[in-house]
Order: sequence, then C-alpha cells, then structure tokens
Amino acid sequence: MTETPGFRWFRRITLTVLTVFTVMPLYVLVVTSVKPLENVRGLFTWVPDRITFQPYVDMWSTIPLARYLTNSLIVTITATILALIVAVLAAYPLARLRFRGKRLFSMTVLSTQMFPGILFLLPLFLMFVQGEELLGIQLTGSYFGLIITYLTFALPFSIWMLAGYFQAIPEGLEEAAMIDGTSRIGALVRIILPVARPGILAVAVFAFITAWGEVLFASVLTDTETRTLSIGLKLYTSQTDTLWNELLAASLTISLPVIVAFMLVQRHLVSGLSAGAVK
Amino acid sequence: MSTTEEPRSRAAEEDPPGAAGPASGPRRRRLRRQGVLLPYGMVLPAAVLELLIHIIPMILGIYIAFTSLTQLTIRNWTSAPFVGVENFVRGLDPSGALGSDLFQSLFRTAVYTALVVGLSWVLGMAAAVSLNTKFRGRGVLRTLFLVPYALPVYVAAIIWAFMFNHRDGMINRLLVQDLGLLDDRPFWLIGENAFWVLVVVSVWRLWPFAFLMLLAALQSIPEDMYEAAAIDGASTWKRFTGITMPMVRPANAVVLLVMGLWTFNEFNIPFLLFGDTSPDSARLISPLIYEHSFVNWNFGLGAAMSVLLLVALIIASAVYVRMVLPKGSSND
Repeated sequence: MTETPGFRWFRRITLTVLTVFTVMPLYVLVVTSVKPLENVRGLFTWVPDRITFQPYVDMWSTIPLARYLTNSLIVTITATILALIVAVLAAYPLARLRFRGKRLFSMTVLSTQMFPGILFLLPLFLMFVQGEELLGIQLTGSYFGLIITYLTFALPFSIWMLAGYFQAIPEGLEEAAMIDGTSRIGALVRIILPVARPGILAVAVFAFITAWGEVLFASVLTDTETRTLSIGLKLYTSQTDTLWNELLAASLTISLPVIVAFMLVQRHLVSGLSAGAVK
Repeated sequence: MSTTEEPRSRAAEEDPPGAAGPASGPRRRRLRRQGVLLPYGMVLPAAVLELLIHIIPMILGIYIAFTSLTQLTIRNWTSAPFVGVENFVRGLDPSGALGSDLFQSLFRTAVYTALVVGLSWVLGMAAAVSLNTKFRGRGVLRTLFLVPYALPVYVAAIIWAFMFNHRDGMINRLLVQDLGLLDDRPFWLIGENAFWVLVVVSVWRLWPFAFLMLLAALQSIPEDMYEAAAIDGASTWKRFTGITMPMVRPANAVVLLVMGLWTFNEFNIPFLLFGDTSPDSARLISPLIYEHSFVNWNFGLGAAMSVLLLVALIIASAVYVRMVLPKGSSND
C-alpha cells in the first residue's frame, strides 16, 4: 500500500500517543516496585532515590502471599483443565454432528455470556449454602465452589472458539479413521485434538486468564484460607496506609507469567474468536 | 464471510434436508444410527454446568426479586416472605429516592459505555491501521499494546489507583509540579473527577481488545484492493472509508456488541478503584446493585434491579443484532 506523507504523520502521532498511554502505568508499576518505602510516600519521583529489591523479599511476609498464590494456582489450573475437557466434548458435536436442539443449546450457552455477573452472584451463593446442607459438601469458602464457577464462566467462549477450530479441520480426516473402525471419540482424541492443538492452547490460556483475574465471585465465595490473589492483595492496604512498593512488586510478579502466556498464544486466540464470530 | 458458507454447504451436500437419511452406503448409515445419543452425551457436562451455574441461579434471582429477602431472612432464605411486585414498584418509581438513583445510574452507565466503547474503538482502529503497514519496530509495538489487556484487571486497577492517589500519585505530580497546569492537587478517586478516572482506566484496559480484533480483520483484506484504488487515484481517507470500513463491518459488529455488553456490566474496575461504595458521580449499575444487595443487605431490591438490567440488555442486544449484524451471519 502506498503511504502518503499525511498517513505517515498520522501513524507517527497515533503510535506515539498510544505508546505513552500504554507505557506510563507500566513504568509506574516497575519503578515503584524497586523503591524503598520512604521514597514511595509523599511526592511521586520519576526515578527512584535508590533501587532496592527489598519489596520483592518483604512482600512474602507482609501478607500470606504464597498461600494466596497457591490458592489461585489450584483453582485456576483445575478450572482450566476441566473447562477444556467439557468444552472439547461440547464443541465437537456442534461443529460436526447433527442433532435436535443443537441451535437451542448453542444460543443458550452463548447468551449466558451477556448476563451481568451481579445477577446470579447472590442466587448462586444461596444455592451453594443450600447445597451444603443437602449434600454435605462444602461449597462456599472451598476450592470446589470456586472451581465449578470459574469452569462454567470460561465455557461459552471456549465452546464457541473450539467449535470454530474444529469446523476448519477437513472432515475427511476423521472419516478415514472411522472407516478403519475407530469410534467417533477415538477419532476425536487421536485425530482432531492433535491437529487443533494451537487452538486448544489458546482456549486454555483464555480460560486461565478469565479465572486468574476474577474478582466479584472470589470476594463472596472465598474465606481466609481459600482467598485468591485478586482478593488477597487488598491486605497490603491497612486502615491508614498502603505498602505501594510491595503491592506493586507482588502485582508485577503475578502478572508476568500471564502476560508471557498471552503473548505466546494471542495469534490463535484472535483466529478462534473471529472464526467463532462469523459462524 | 466465505468461511461461514463452506462448512455449511458441505454438510448440506452430504445430507440434504429433505431426505430421510443419508443415502451414502450402509456402513455410514450404521455409524450414524449408533451415534444418535452421542451428541447428547457429549454436550451433557456443559449443559449441566450451564444449567447449575447460570440458568437456575438466574431463575432463582427472578424469584428473589419478588421476595423481601434481607440479612434477617438470609439464613433461611426459602421462607423469605413473598411480596409480589413491591420491590419493582419501590425500586423503579422515578419519583422515589431509590428509583431516581437507579435511573440516574442507568443513564450514567449508558454515557460511560458510549464513551469507553467509542474511545476504545477509535484508538484500536487507529492503532490497527497504523500497524497494518510495514515499518521497523512494528512487532514490538504490537506486543506492547496487548499488555494492558493481558494484565489481570485487578493489577491494572491497582496501578491506576496508585497513579491517581491524591498525595503520592504520579498524575498529580505531572499536572501540578511538572506541567504546572493546576495549582492544587485535585482529588481523583472521590467527587466529580471519579467518573473520568473510571473512563480512563476502562479505556486503557479495553482498547487493546478492539485493536487485536480489528487488526485481524484488516489483515484479511486483500492488498490488491488498495492497490487498485490507489491507481484510480483514491486518497488515503477515501480508501479507508471506501474499502477498510465496509470490509471490517462484520468484525466491527461483533467487537462493538461484545465491548458494549462488557462495559455496561462493568463491576471490577469501579469495585477495585473505589471499594464497596462508588462516589455518586461514578456509580455504575452493577456496583449500585451490589451496594443494595451486599452493603444495605436488601437482596430482594437488588435482585429486582438485576432483572431490570437483564431485560434492558436483552432488548438492547436484540435491537442491535437486528439492525447492525449482517443478515447472513446472525442466523441461517
């Protein structure tokens, strides 16, 4: 495409403005996390008075960060794996098989995506309380309740994206295997899943990010033992003060793995979202 | 759009809708018959979970909207007194305190949604158009722009809350000390300014999503369309309005709908910036419902307001889908 000087100026200005807008908070995040506490209080300084990695040491003892991290990892990883299994199973018939109620199912699942979380937070909490009395399983304040909630949150988009990926795979592949006597499920596991691996990875990261960043339900469904990072980080703030350097050091630490994972799969995420979008 | 037609037409060839069954050999027929229950078995786990975690709670929520459930009756919530439409009457009466609060909040949320989605779209489109050309450093910028979206939302909110801090924050340092635009350090997270803080933080989080999706749409436009237009002497702006915009229309329709719904329901950012109770200027609808339910312990009222919100969203989405989404992709 031919570039006019006007377009070059437009591009230069756009990218400069957006870079500054994007980088400023990230700069504050990084620079504050290596400042000593007395340098964080009072007038903000662009450059640290001195650089210290003490916040990265102290953050573990100020609050039980390791426990919150473990809780988040347990809940998020379990929910992600289960969501993948359930979504693969549901997406395959949507992409390949004909059955009554298919359209109803896919429309219902997708429309749950637009429900405001606040609408079913309380009813779900009440159902969990009731379920505890009936079944004797602890659902509030336990990993279990949080896991099935997050697993379900990730489902609509995961099913949508996976169905898009599966549709893009030529049907001849598994038909050949089935004529050789493999069952549908066998063909799915041995033929389709390996081919769809990039898409599955992207869906896994999407489910992980959804659960890792959830705040609203974590605030109601966890207790002091099972609290996840999204709620636990608040404890760096006391009645009178916030330990900003430790808080931002902890924030940076728990964000890095997610950002790296996202960057690795973002191409597949986009193709999946748009494949689902035009379906 | 070609990707949508392909699988469907292939399926149609194989299995014409008029025929009682596929006429393609006994083996295949046997496979089909064995598999009648298979699809149901495969979607069952997803269906059960959706039912348990989404559908039943929603129906229960509608029921709660007709009861006077409070902190007194919460332990034994099934026996909370049924009060009919009282919650709706009290909550929605525009002349009452609750109702006027609610309608103000709905209006505020609509303005907030229009601003956040509009700005995010403009930034995302400008970045996508810029990065859809070849120059040095393109890959780095592309990755950088996605960071705010990949960041957990609570981390984004924590950083911005620190930046907008009255005493220690970067924004006040920049505006007062460095640029000298203001004489006194303003408060950002309380009072009238809080609304604008909310808009800025939300745009920062959301625009990379628009960028990501629009860039993917732009990359699927064939290069020679632009070259042909350039030979015809079309200006850059003409090419944008004449080729780019029509070509990204399907992607646009989905992106705007998804971003609109997310933004209208936004809870995390105000909750993380302001806590349990948002300042009046920035009280969006989801935090308002949270406040009625979990701060004032009036669950029935909160549920009634949620039902109203849901109905509003369904109507808005239905109208949107009818008007904007291209006919071919919305249904078959």
